[in-house]
Amino acid sequence: MGKISLEVNGKKVEKEASDNTLLSTFLREHLQLTGTHIGCDTSQCGACVVHVDGNSLKSCTALAADVNGSKVTTIEGLETNGKMHPMQEAFKKLHGLQCGFCTPGMVMSAVDLLQKNKKPSDTEIRDWLEGNICRCTGYQNIVAAVKEAATKM
Amino acid sequence: MKDFNYHSAKDSKEASKLASSSSAFLAGGMTTIPSMKLGLATYKDLIDIKNIKKLSGIKVSGKSVTIGAATKHVEVSNSKDVKKAIPSLSSLAEGIGDPQVRNRGTIGGSIANNDPSADYPSACIALNATIHTNERKIEAAKFFKGMFETALKKGELIEAIEFQIPEKSSYQKHPNPASRYAIVGVYVAKHKGDVNVAVTGAKSCVYNDKEMSKALSGNFSSSSIDGMDLDSSEMNTDMHASAEFRASLVVTQAKKAVDAC
Repeated sequence: MGKISLEVNGKKVEKEASDNTLLSTFLREHLQLTGTHIGCDTSQCGACVVHVDGNSLKSCTALAADVNGSKVTTIEGLETNGKMHPMQEAFKKLHGLQCGFCTPGMVMSAVDLLQKNKKPSDTEIRDWLEGNICRCTGYQNIVAAVKEAATKM
Repeated sequence: MKDFNYHSAKDSKEASKLASSSSAFLAGGMTTIPSMKLGLATYKDLIDIKNIKKLSGIKVSGKSVTIGAATKHVEVSNSKDVKKAIPSLSSLAEGIGDPQVRNRGTIGGSIANNDPSADYPSACIALNATIHTNERKIEAAKFFKGMFETALKKGELIEAIEFQIPEKSSYQKHPNPASRYAIVGVYVAKHKGDVNVAVTGAKSCVYNDKEMSKALSGNFSSSSIDGMDLDSSEMNTDMHASAEFRASLVVTQAKKAVDAC
């Protein structure tokens, strides 16, 4: 058991959690931020991607204790004053989702890509989204959405 | 996942002091955490070594590139110094897993785990690496002992890996399309006196293919290994590839690597 102190979506949080608490569990069950999804739970599918200190990671494969003191951004933290993030807008506009289960991870991963590469090519987008799996196989529109967002960010 | 005690060590001394027969060092956790979640491994104590400053960073000298054990794959692939000194090492790092894995996974963790399909062990063999631990220096050729087995003793911590800069080198892998692990990966490095052909993914442990090394040391051209019929009796067979296919892939990837040098 230990104290986990994080800044999540701009707010400081402090909670007791057992040492084996995964970051994904901490976000979903301790903070009720259920936008971060758990798909495979084996770090393959990417539904659980969040940002820690500005970089994307799979929260099902990180301990909360291990990122103690970090700044975490989840899908809930992307909007500003009720307005969707350009990446979310683009996914909505271009139908970059079908069932929507993988979407939080896709969006978080794609936002990290545009932080590092402002104008990615189709290949670069597909390479970057290597670790995000869409079981509906809606990749065409996901790639189109990321390209659209790149023109707005 | 079973409960354990998490410790964050501030230096190597503290880390090895905390180590016991029921502990593990935690770096990126890209293998340790999934293994624990699946119940394949249980530990009483996890000793986080990521915050030990001395273990991160890249140093290039005239003859070698030294990478701290807790240096992440993304740091190796983005390093201009590595790209300049050993471009194949930089591209190897860029091909590991996915961006999220590369943001967390470390070179020391990869080597300590010694997965038979991991990329970095082949770089260690091909580039005549020296593994620096908190106790001694180990030559790569003596470090990788078998499937998930290394020469590391309990509580011994890798601090850095020192790679010899080759004249030419290339790493070519045929990746598993889902995990990006090597079904077969071949790292060819031409040094002043000889050529190393390190193979990962094909057998239970990384190895230097003596037959190809000899042929390429004599004549560094892909024609000198073209059509080579490798013994597949000790090669892996699984749902992804048969031993015979792997034997053929080793030659194909080695030829590609030579041509890319």
